Amino acid sequence: MNLHIDDHQEDNYGILKLSGEIDAYTAPQLKDKLLTLVEEKESVEVDLTKVSYMDSTGLGVFISALKLSKEKDHNFKLTNLQENVYRLFNITGLNEVISIENTIKGELS
Amino acid sequence: MSSLRSDMQDYKDLLSKYLETKDEAILYQAEQFSKQSIQQNISPDEIVNVHYQALKDIYPDLHEQIEGSFKFLIETMISYGLAYQEHQVLREKQIELKSEIGVAANMQNTLLKTSVPKTHAIDIGVKSVPAREMNGDYHHFIKDEQGNVGVAVADVIGKGIPAAFCMSMIKFAMESFSENQIYPQWILDSLNRVVSRNVEQGMFVTMFYGLYDVYTHQFYYASAGHEPCFILRNETREFEEIDAKGLLLGVESAVKYEQLNTSIHEGDLIVLLTDGVTECRVDGRFIEQEEVLNIIKEHEHLNSQEIVEYVFKYFERLQDFQLRDDFTLVVMKRNSSLSV
Repeated sequence: MNLHIDDHQEDNYGILKLSGEIDAYTAPQLKDKLLTLVEEKESVEVDLTKVSYMDSTGLGVFISALKLSKEKDHNFKLTNLQENVYRLFNITGLNEVISIENTIKGELS
Repeated sequence: MSSLRSDMQDYKDLLSKYLETKDEAILYQAEQFSKQSIQQNISPDEIVNVHYQALKDIYPDLHEQIEGSFKFLIETMISYGLAYQEHQVLREKQIELKSEIGVAANMQNTLLKTSVPKTHAIDIGVKSVPAREMNGDYHHFIKDEQGNVGVAVADVIGKGIPAAFCMSMIKFAMESFSENQIYPQWILDSLNRVVSRNVEQGMFVTMFYGLYDVYTHQFYYASAGHEPCFILRNETREFEEIDAKGLLLGVESAVKYEQLNTSIHEGDLIVLLTDGVTECRVDGRFIEQEEVLNIIKEHEHLNSQEIVEYVFKYFERLQDFQLRDDFTLVVMKRNSSLSV
């Protein structure tokens, strides 16, 4: 399974819409795109509506993005997480330090 | 070179015999010749050259164009020869690396060795199995001066060799803590500072840390982003989830961890684990926590080490079973005071 990244940018804002799976194989391309975006834009959103699976490598990518956004004083948030993906953020306590909006109840089939 | 010359004579004899008789047995000898050449690092262009020289000896008035075509072929084979040599060098390097990783894995095992404390109050069992050569899981026991038992289970996110380095660092940090400072909150606060300062971006650690007070039978615990642990209560025969809120180690250096505690009664059984639930595939199979807990419950009459061994045997027997992640299981059972 692959990860498809749709990217949309305006002056101060960028959004990545992801669909597929985030794992050790797909994380590097996500990391590249996301970090560049957080570096350049004041406000960055990652829409995870269509992400059905994520492993710990994905967490690593979002933690890096969080650290960079703090350094740059930029906003960074995740939106529309599937419940099973949200669970990872919950267990690891990252839901307390990364802003997360809208968790989707039920699992994507 | 002299061996090449004598081989060449052999080759010429073989070739001329074959051209005369078309005997298939000679083809087999040709195969042997090629194997021998590989052993002696003779490159493909040299073989073609041997063939060309032999052919010229057998048929002295070889057509000029055929001679030309062999020169052409020899040139063409030269890059194959170089690629082949490179391949050989890489193969040797790979063997070397593999043996070095083997040494490192052994060293990791020695470095991270922890012994299970013996105490009359609780019976402890532990098993840890790596999915790959180097284990990304870590567990550690401490016994303080009063005989209380500290236990840590951790999962380093980011696998392989970097994870192994990270674990050694955690182990040495934990060993350096004085033996009367083994309360969970203090341990996680301190480890978090160590990990934040010393670990590069992209590597993080989850840890569950518990302290069993053998006098009051209180179990103190704290969690740094680790999955919940469980207590099988003797009274209700049900598992109770124990979890404390807390961020992964290494994300923010100024985090304060929450510490909770619970009373452990006779026959209660504490289960600490890392079962790779930090991966969350919807389909496909990985070890289900519930399955692990059910097996433990069915075998709680065994001693703790037998229980953990049994759990692993159970999963090994499953046909489609493949360890997706390192898996560590610790079971601690409070002894009944009569059974001492």
